[in-house]
Parts: sequence; C-alpha cells; structure tokens
Amino acid sequence: MGEVPFISLEHVAKSFGSVRAVDDVSLEIAQGEFFALLGPSGCGKTTLLRMLAGFEAPSRGEILIDGQATAAVPPYQRPVNMVFQNYAIFPHLNVRRNIAFGLRKEKLAPEVLDRRVDDALKLIKLEGYGDRRADELSGGQRQRVALARALIKKPKVLLLDEPLGALDKKLREQMQLELRQLQKRVGITFVFVTHDQEEALTMSDRIAVLSAGKAIEVGTPEQLYERPRTRFVADFLGTVNFFEAEVRGPEGDHLIVATDRLGTLRVPDRGASLAPGTRVLVGIRPENILVSPGNANAEGNAVNGTMTTAAFLGDRAHIYVSVGDPDRPVLVAVQNLDGAASSATQGDRAVTLQWSDKSVLLLQETQA
Amino acid sequence: MTGIRAHFRRALMRSETLAGYTLLSPALILLIAAMATPLVVLVVLSLWTQQAGMTFDRSPSLFNYDAIFAKSIYAHVLLRSLAISAAVALTTVLLAYPVAYFIAFRIRRQKIVWLILITLPFWTSYLLRVFSWKLILGYNGVINSGLIWLGVIDRPLEFILYNVTAVVITLAHAWAAFAILPIYVSLEKIDRSLVEAAQDLGEAPIMTFLRVTLPLSMPGVVAATLLVFIPTVGDYVTPKLVGGANGIMIGNLIQLSFGRANDWPLGAALAVVSMLAITLVVCLFLGGVGQLKRRLG
Amino acid sequence: MTRGTLKGRFGVLGGYTIAYLIFIYLPVVLLPIFSFNDSIYVAFPFKGLTLRWWQQMVSQHSMLNALVNSIQVAVPVAMLSTTLGILAAKSLTRYHMFGKPVVTGFFMLPLVIPFLILAIALLVVLNFAGVPLSLWTVGLAHIVICLPFAVFVLISRLEGFDRHIEEASLDLGETPWMTFWRVTLPIAFPGLMASLLLTFTISFDEFLLAFFLVGSEPTLPLYIWSQLRFPAKLPAVLALGSAILAVSCLLVATAERLRRQGAMPAGAERAADG
Repeated sequence: MGEVPFISLEHVAKSFGSVRAVDDVSLEIAQGEFFALLGPSGCGKTTLLRMLAGFEAPSRGEILIDGQATAAVPPYQRPVNMVFQNYAIFPHLNVRRNIAFGLRKEKLAPEVLDRRVDDALKLIKLEGYGDRRADELSGGQRQRVALARALIKKPKVLLLDEPLGALDKKLREQMQLELRQLQKRVGITFVFVTHDQEEALTMSDRIAVLSAGKAIEVGTPEQLYERPRTRFVADFLGTVNFFEAEVRGPEGDHLIVATDRLGTLRVPDRGASLAPGTRVLVGIRPENILVSPGNANAEGNAVNGTMTTAAFLGDRAHIYVSVGDPDRPVLVAVQNLDGAASSATQGDRAVTLQWSDKSVLLLQETQA
Repeated sequence: MTGIRAHFRRALMRSETLAGYTLLSPALILLIAAMATPLVVLVVLSLWTQQAGMTFDRSPSLFNYDAIFAKSIYAHVLLRSLAISAAVALTTVLLAYPVAYFIAFRIRRQKIVWLILITLPFWTSYLLRVFSWKLILGYNGVINSGLIWLGVIDRPLEFILYNVTAVVITLAHAWAAFAILPIYVSLEKIDRSLVEAAQDLGEAPIMTFLRVTLPLSMPGVVAATLLVFIPTVGDYVTPKLVGGANGIMIGNLIQLSFGRANDWPLGAALAVVSMLAITLVVCLFLGGVGQLKRRLG
Repeated sequence: MTRGTLKGRFGVLGGYTIAYLIFIYLPVVLLPIFSFNDSIYVAFPFKGLTLRWWQQMVSQHSMLNALVNSIQVAVPVAMLSTTLGILAAKSLTRYHMFGKPVVTGFFMLPLVIPFLILAIALLVVLNFAGVPLSLWTVGLAHIVICLPFAVFVLISRLEGFDRHIEEASLDLGETPWMTFWRVTLPIAFPGLMASLLLTFTISFDEFLLAFFLVGSEPTLPLYIWSQLRFPAKLPAVLALGSAILAVSCLLVATAERLRRQGAMPAGAERAADG
C-alpha cells in the first residue's frame, strides 16, 4: 500500500437534524484497494458513501480524494462514480445510451464512442444487449449496465451501494467473484457498502466495520476475523463463543484469566496490560475447538463436557456441548472431513473439548 | 457565499419542507389569489346590501340572510336542490357500482381500454351533453318521435321533460364518470387474497361481496357520492335547459341575482348559505357512514 | 374464482355494463347522427342524408371567431396549468413536507366547489378590482379548475420516479440543469403531454365560467349557447357539436395513452442524448 492514502476521511461527522448518522469517522483507503464499509442497517455506511460521492456534505471533518479536498465539489465534478442500490438505469434510454450517458461532455467522435461502448459491453459480458431497454433486463444484467456506465468514465474511485443485495444467492456468489476480478483488471479503487459479512470477507482487501456512526475496527478480512479486538466485530463476522473472565496475572506476553466455564486460560495479551481482578471478555470461535469422544483426563487447554444437541449441515456439523451450565452450551463446528462431522453427531454424549492458546481472543466491549 | 441568499440556500438544502413549498409556491399563490380570496370576498359581500345601480352599502349586516330565511321560495328551492343532488348522487353511484365492479373483477386485460371507453364522453362539452338530453326527452324529441314512429304510443309523453325527473336523469348521466372512477380505484385496491380467503372459509359469492368486497370499497363509494353530490347542488345549466319551471335549482336563483335581478349581495348570501348547507349535509353523511362502520365493524 | 367460459365471466354484469355504455353514449352519438339528417327537427323518422348543415356551420363567421377565441384561451391555459402542475407534482411526490395532506386537499378543492359559486366569486373580485371582463379573465378561471387535473395526471406519472435516477445523472457528470433536460423532462414527457391535452380540452369545452367571466368576445361554448334558442340553427349546432366531440375524444384518448405510456417517443430520446 502507498504512503499517501488515496482517499482520506478525517474526523468526518454528519448529522441529520438531531440524528447523528456518522460520528467522527477517520479512514484511509489506498489506491487500487477493494475497500468495504460493513455494518448493520443504520450504522452510517451509506451516508459515508454518499459523502464520498458528493450527495451529502459532512457536518464536520474533511474528505480528500487523491490529495484534493472535496468540500465544495459537487458530485458532477468529482472523479468518483457510483453504482446505486437499485441501479438507477435510465428507463427512457437503451443499454448503449445508458452506458454512454456520462461521456456526452467529452464530445467524442461517434466511432470512438461506439468502440468504447462496445468495449464496455464486452467487459460486462453483455455484447448484443445494446438495444435493450431497462425493463427488458434482469436484475443482474441491470447491475452490470450500471457498472459499465460508471466504469466507462474511468473514475479514480468507484462507489458501490449494496451492489449485490437484490440478487439471489447463486447469482450473488458468482457476482462476488466477478466483481473482484473486474476490480483487479481495471485497477480502480472500489469502495463498497454492505451489511453482509460474508460478502465483505470474500471481496475486500480491507474492511471497516461500522456501528452507530462509528468505525469500530479496520483491517484485512483475516485480521478482523482471526484477531478482532472488540466483541462487536468478533460477533458480526462469523460466530464466537463468549466467556466472562477475570484476570489473574501476566505470564510473559500472555495473561492468565479465569473463565466461567472453561477454567483457567492463557490468552495473548496483545499489548494490553490489565491489572489482576479486571473483568474481561474472551472468545473462541467454534471451528477452533476440537471435540473428541469420551471424557479424557482434562489438562491444559481441555475440558470435559456433555453433548446436548447436534446439527448436521452437510459440509460440517454444529455440536453444542454443555460444560457445566446446560443453558449456555459451547458451540463447536466440526468439518466433515471423511465423515468426521456425521460421526461426531452420532457419537458419545460425553466429550472432551480442546483448543490452542492462540485461538483465544481477548475482546473489549465497544464504547457506546 | 454570504448573506441572505446563502442562508436561504443552505436552509433549502437541509429542509425538505422548505424546498417542497418553494416549488409549490407559484401554484399555491394562484389558488390563494384566484380561488380562496374570491370566496372570502364573496362572504364579505354577502354582508353588504345592494343600493341603486352598482353601489353597495358597505356596513356589515345580516339583511340578506334575513331576506333568505324570510322568503320561503329560497328555502324551498335550496332544499329541493339538496334533495335533487342527493337523489342524483344516489342514482349515479348505484348505477355506477356494478360497472366499476365489472371492470375491476371481471376484466383481466386491457382494463384501461374499458375505462377510457366509459369515461371518454365525459371529457367532452358538458353543455352539449345536457343539450342532447333536451333533444332526447323533448316533446318532439328523439324518444317521443321514435316511440310514435314505432307505433308504441300515439301522443308524445310529456312527463319526461321540463321537470325534476329530467334533471335527475341528465345529471346522473353527466356525472357518471366521476362516480365510476373512485369506486373502481377502491375496488382495484382490494387484495384479491382477502376475497379468496372468505370463499375458502365457506362464504357464498353474494355473502363474500356483502361482507368483504363492499365494506372494503366504501372509501371509493363515499368519495364518489361526495364528488357527485357537491358540484350538483350548484348546477345551473341542467336545470336551465331541462328543468323547466318545476326543475329550477338554487344555481338558477343565484345566477338571477347576478343577472337580471341585480342584487349581488343577495346572490353572494345565497351562495354562502348553499355552501353551508352542502357542508352540513356532507358532515351528516360522513358522520352517518362512520356510525355505520362502527356498528358493523 | 374464475368460471371457465367467457360467457360465465361476462354474464349479468357484462350485459349490464354494455347497457350502461349505451346509456352513456346515447346523447353523444345523437349529435353526429342528426347532424346529417335532412330536417331541422331532431326527431324520428330520418328524413335523408345531407351535408348542408356541416357546410353551414363551417361558413359561419361568428362561429369561426368563437373557435379562435376558445383556442386563444385554451392554449395558454394548458401551458400554464401544466407548468404550475409539474412544479406542484414534483414537490408533492419528491419531498417530505409538513402538512402535505392539507396542501394536497387544497389543490383538489377546485374540483368540489360548484363552478357557479367559483364563477360569481371571481366575478365579484374582478369587479371590485376594476378589472374588465375578457378572455383573460376566463383564462384565469380556467387555470384554477384545470390545475387539479394537471396535478393529478403529473403526480401519477412522477410517483414511481426513482430519485436515484437524477442522482445517477449528477454522478455521471451532468449539472442539475442538464440533468433536468436529459433525464427528468424526457421521463416526465408523456405525463406533460397528457396534462397539456387534458387541460386544453377542459378549457376548450368549459361553459359556465366563461358564461360569467367573458367580455365581448365569446368562446365556442358560449356561441353554441347563443344559438340554442334558434330552432333553424339547430342542425348546424349539432354539426358543430359533433366536430367538437370528435376532436375532444381524440385529444383525451391520446392524453390517456400517453399518461400510461412507459416508452418514449423517438424524438425525445434523441433530445436526451444532448
């Protein structure tokens, strides 16, 4: 990633009346990144996107794109283009004219224009659809037209507002990969908004997780998934077993904590120095727990338990194990490697759970 | 950007209400100037008294209103106008409902064609249509000459023109579209699955209609009734052309005051009284409908 | 729910509707039929076909004058009420405003005020203001009554308008003004045409307001009114009425088709390319 960020949001805030949609967000996005703004509805991600596009002006803070301040720049003068959630295809124009819409100002010769539109159609794999109108296209096709329409202007940044939300599951998965490949090919910075964590994990180089107008954490998919710092992010991306714990003391670069159900754990302290007696939250993801039949001699990172419920999902199984409190079982995910999952669901009720030190997460509550 | 203009711009961008009303303002100003204000002026005029020529005694008084309530002819004609309009509204809505139902429920494609077909005549000259009825119902008119020619009768029927019946028929015809459209819209909106659910629960078609379709179409029926009733009370052309002496309505009396009788304040007072009467009847009607809803609901 | 055969579905209601249609069209078809009748009486039996009433109608100077007057009123009325209407429709569909139902009701008010009362109210005001009666005063009254129709037609056209479409245009580099020309106007075009045609027809055919507010130049409906007392002039009036009817029907049918049209006429599409 470059030294100077390509897009820079500095302490950006936006209020609508008394509602604070965006509350002091600072982000840096590098050139050529596929960047996701991820969060539940109402977290401010769409507002941020619209501020980047120029449809809303920040109440406070600054947005710089490629070094230029954007404060007084209207949307039609920014080197930024957007793909809207419902695609906003012009109903009165056919596909070719939709795609060529933004090029009017460049006053290209007709042959040049036609060639560029043809190239765009090839890029989105809709050759031959040039004369169709909006109402003759499927949702996925309309989305691609909206993409082509934006990309043909060669913007510095492409913004996408929940681009795959309206598509069905299979199409969505296909489009996720296609968008990723497309972005790599054109090399433009993509910023997209989604509430679907799987989508964000699949497509992005880095993700900013937002909640209630604030950016909670920013990182690569791997960083955010494997080493989240906050309960919110840990819970939003995938599933976590949470355990309340109390700090006993430090041990090298680890902390010893006593948990409510798993006994004493060693947790990487990640730089936090916490006094003994502090209450903390730890978490372990279901796929990081190993389950074996029988109640072994539980030593170290192991504990005995009883399997209460099991669900077979085909490629894996979800096993719920009670470790003392049947109302709060631990969820374990077992990969169905050579039938391991199916046998786990039918196995003994008495099981042993094991995990490694580095899979234990030390989590903070998000500041309100 | 400084100053008032900038301030206004920023307020405009922030407030949707302000932006909306700014766009509305030309039309709003027109309506206030050319509709609301004249009506207010009319009320003011009704409190003045007519003097010789075109001068008025501007001291406010209820002289005209006293005159209206003193002479029985005004009350008589007004009440008759209200009754006629009510009859017209009732007739029109009753006749129109089955047609609206037919298009909404029995036609699958090209509903628009039927709607255009049915409403087309009403966009044409009202005057011409009323006049046509005069020709149809007249002593030597189409019906009479046709029936005589066919040998059904030997002498022309006299009861079909220049009376209240003629007025009711003509007006029921004139306002038909205004009745069909609201009823149709309200029937169209009914969720078909509600009707199907009722039938699934064992109701016969006629009961389904009475218990499900009809109540749900009530907003349209009420709108249609009002849309026909209110303008009819003040109608001038129809009573003039086909009403004869017995079919005269309050509109004719108002016009007289502004015409030959030359008593503008009286005419204004008549207009105000008419509008109040209309409002009263409408309130009673809506109140009655509300009561009915509560009883059956 | 559907009974199988067409006859089953058509049934009693269908028959009733046909009868109703006959009732509605009866006076309307009367005019053309008897305008060709070789007799000054509108009565059966038919006396034979003739074109002389039509010839008579076309050669009447006063009729042609009145026709021109009506057009002179109807065209500006159509344009002004449509312009005001589109502004009102835009604001009512696009913005969340305080008091919107009240304002919408206010705009529909001219529909429920008896025309007679509106006419005399305007007459009074104009008289007090010292404004002489003329085609202008008629036009003013017509704009008031045409406005609700224009607003209604345009609202129904603008209702489904995705607001992001205009934003998309801005995003792609067009200024607000060019966005209006290239996007908003073409999409609203059928609605605008429908409104123009409808309001033109309403003004052209309107009698009562014109009756009260006209000066020395009559409009066409007033001309017809003045002819009604002369039995000899009757068939010519029928011919005129038929002609007006035909034109009105044509305009309204076109307006209705435009209002519901999704596609765009070719000319406007080329204009949209700038």
